Amino acid sequence: MTGQLADIWVYLAARPLLSLTLTLIAYQAGLWASRKAGMHPLANPVLIAVILLVALLAGTGTPYATYFEGAQFVHFLLGPATVALALPLYRQIERVKTSALAIAVSLIAGTLTAILTAVGTAWLLGASQATLVSIAPKSVTAPVAMGISEQLGGLPSLTAVLVILTGILGAAVGPLVLNLVRVKDWAARGFALGTASHGIGTARALQVNELAGAFAGLAMGLNALATSLLLPLLWRLLF
Amino acid sequence: MLGALTLIFACQLAGELLVAVTGLPVPGPVIGMVLLLGGLIVRGGIPEPLAAVGGALLSNLALLFVPAGVGVMLHVALIGREALPITVALLVSTAATIAVTALVMNALQRPKAEGDAGPHDDGGGGEAR
Repeated sequence: MTGQLADIWVYLAARPLLSLTLTLIAYQAGLWASRKAGMHPLANPVLIAVILLVALLAGTGTPYATYFEGAQFVHFLLGPATVALALPLYRQIERVKTSALAIAVSLIAGTLTAILTAVGTAWLLGASQATLVSIAPKSVTAPVAMGISEQLGGLPSLTAVLVILTGILGAAVGPLVLNLVRVKDWAARGFALGTASHGIGTARALQVNELAGAFAGLAMGLNALATSLLLPLLWRLLF
Repeated sequence: MLGALTLIFACQLAGELLVAVTGLPVPGPVIGMVLLLGGLIVRGGIPEPLAAVGGALLSNLALLFVPAGVGVMLHVALIGREALPITVALLVSTAATIAVTALVMNALQRPKAEGDAGPHDDGGGGEAR
């Protein structure tokens, strides 16, 4: 009986459809659990889905490469989704024009802070070169961060993990930090969340206030652009 | 629908080609995003099918991170070895970035946006978009 089950698993595990289906199921389980937990920032659906899938793969001794043969069809859509970020950006184009200077200056301040404090802190605490490169674009939305990491010789899959952790952290501690520095303006609060913690911060901002959500989405798109332009230049200066 | 999907793919393809030809240090999809944004500005609006396809992609954005996130299993040893620098760097950098960005933005646009403020933020996080 167990032998038969194992045979069926071996058969299915070799097909892309299984890991594709499991990815969708795990994510929906994550969404369900997140709602059950009252959308608590630490009950992040991506985090839950990843834990479920890693446990399953490790438990069955399935290599990541086998899993990715199916999951790549989901992963592939990150590129088109990045292109689609043009839509929320376009919807905010009038606001961008009116506060263009404030947006540009705070974007550059935020982008540089994100890169320099992450790399600086990790370097001071003795992180390896691979970690330093992989952590540098951690505030940028995953598809773009992975592209930057790859170009600079980092580990794109490690970057993806760090990006997701950064998003969860930003959504959890962001409001506390914003209250601590006494920034009350919703546009500034949203812009800060989107700059530091991309899509996951944007989702959080959207829940709290519509204006904050719009500015968070804008910041996510602009930071993707700013980091992919600034980081390679900074890297050449630093290393 | 199909046309909108083709347009999004074509923008990404054009972005990837531009990066390959010019050696720009920017990921292809980001160039694709800029190209699409430029197109929308020239056209002066978002066509309905494009809004539908783009909305579908962005509303499930969090799902798309999952396959890459599972890649953590390849780096368990590295993350275990460097748990301290990674954890501290993520915490310090995320908090610092939020504080600096909000303070700069607040200082620069204070004259205009005094009205609709309110620091309360309760309720949990939720899914990424």
